[in-house]
Amino acid sequence: MAITVVDYNAGNLTSVMNALKFIGADAKVSRDPDEIAKATRLIFPGVGAAASAMETLTKTGIGEAIKAVVKAGNPVLGICIGCQIILEESEEDGGVKTLGLIPGRAVRFKDEPGLKIPHMGWNQVNFTREHPIMKGIRSGCDFYYVHSYYPQVPAEYSFAETTYGTQTFTGLLGKDNLIASQFHQEKSGEVGLAMLKNFCDWQI
Amino acid sequence: MLTKRLIVCLDVRNRKVTKGVKFKGNIDIGDPVEMGARYSDEGVDELVFYDITASAENRPCDMEMIRQIAKRVFIPFAVGGGIRNLDDMHEALLAGAEKVSVNSLAVLHPEIIAEGAKAFGRQCIVLGMDAKFVGVSDKIPSGYEVFIRGGRQAMGIDALQWAKRAEELGVGEICLNSIDTDGVKNGYELTITDMIAKAVQVPVIASGGAGTPAHIVDLFRKTSADAALVASMVHFGDYTVPGIKGEMLAAGIPVRKKMNGEV
Repeated sequence: MAITVVDYNAGNLTSVMNALKFIGADAKVSRDPDEIAKATRLIFPGVGAAASAMETLTKTGIGEAIKAVVKAGNPVLGICIGCQIILEESEEDGGVKTLGLIPGRAVRFKDEPGLKIPHMGWNQVNFTREHPIMKGIRSGCDFYYVHSYYPQVPAEYSFAETTYGTQTFTGLLGKDNLIASQFHQEKSGEVGLAMLKNFCDWQI
Repeated sequence: MLTKRLIVCLDVRNRKVTKGVKFKGNIDIGDPVEMGARYSDEGVDELVFYDITASAENRPCDMEMIRQIAKRVFIPFAVGGGIRNLDDMHEALLAGAEKVSVNSLAVLHPEIIAEGAKAFGRQCIVLGMDAKFVGVSDKIPSGYEVFIRGGRQAMGIDALQWAKRAEELGVGEICLNSIDTDGVKNGYELTITDMIAKAVQVPVIASGGAGTPAHIVDLFRKTSADAALVASMVHFGDYTVPGIKGEMLAAGIPVRKKMNGEV
């Protein structure tokens, strides 16, 4: 079954495409909103800032296309900025309205003595609820993070938490057929590839 | 909690990983893609590939090598050597590198940091810095001076001040190499490493001098460094990535575990 990977100018897709190819997934990149809207399985990765991501998503119509796939009930995975722009708004760039697919907002880490920002490196992802993409993965595995903002959602949409300094935040969130990680599955070695494979196999 | 990172650096020449050996010059020790994949499987947290002849040969970093590495390595890796401008940065990142490292280029043209950070995001830009202890003076208040061109040219710039300036310009991470300890295998230069790690809000990688796992434990116990970079310690099989991480774990240092729960 083909996976569509969204290209909306939010960082490069090379790592994600390489990872998908490595695990044997049939994936293709698209920046065509009509094509994206028809996807039967969708991934939208991305790095960078909320404002420019939303600008592109709005201008190109890709934002609406993503919403259409979510509405159609097909599996959708967001990674990094992809887990922030599905919320209602982001604190970044002076405040940005985002896609509003899941209640909540993206907020910045608070300054703490000795805390480096961005949060960069490997940190434990502790599962708080079950999800099919966790199959075969124990809670508390280290995944790779690099971000200065993180998602803040009502508890029922939060699937895993990570602690940085004194701040505990949601690292994995979702609703129905939509699941999204703040951490980079495509850069988290063996366990990241395992989670990507679980997403590819996820039958709603 | 965030773990302390163990990073392996691979110097590459003519598509072969190479290491300088005393009295023997440079010897080839393997294929960068194979070695990168192997270290990744062993549990290394990050890799750096350094194209050591790109500058001298006035050419960009070996982009095809980056592309090959990116097909087999699914942990973050940085590339350095032959990153001469924004185009080189762009191509290296598109090829699959997570970060690009600039050293002499940044000292001579600091604006490249700001331009790179703006174009690609600051998390992609690493400052490589070579520092040497020269004694405290008005010009060099920290006592450590910045050198470029492989440690051969003194710049009359204070290392601590340069680190802070680079952070202001937008660098995402600093890799600090001590010229004094590099190759001596008697431990990292803890003084300047801690000075810089405590002075900036971006992550700091210590480089130069690791000879035994105890040196890495020492680094994390005595400084605020976020990561330790090693090279010859592991390339010649004296120590392994799991072995080093095992000692970090035993010393109570937060260390990343593999999927099976082991280091």
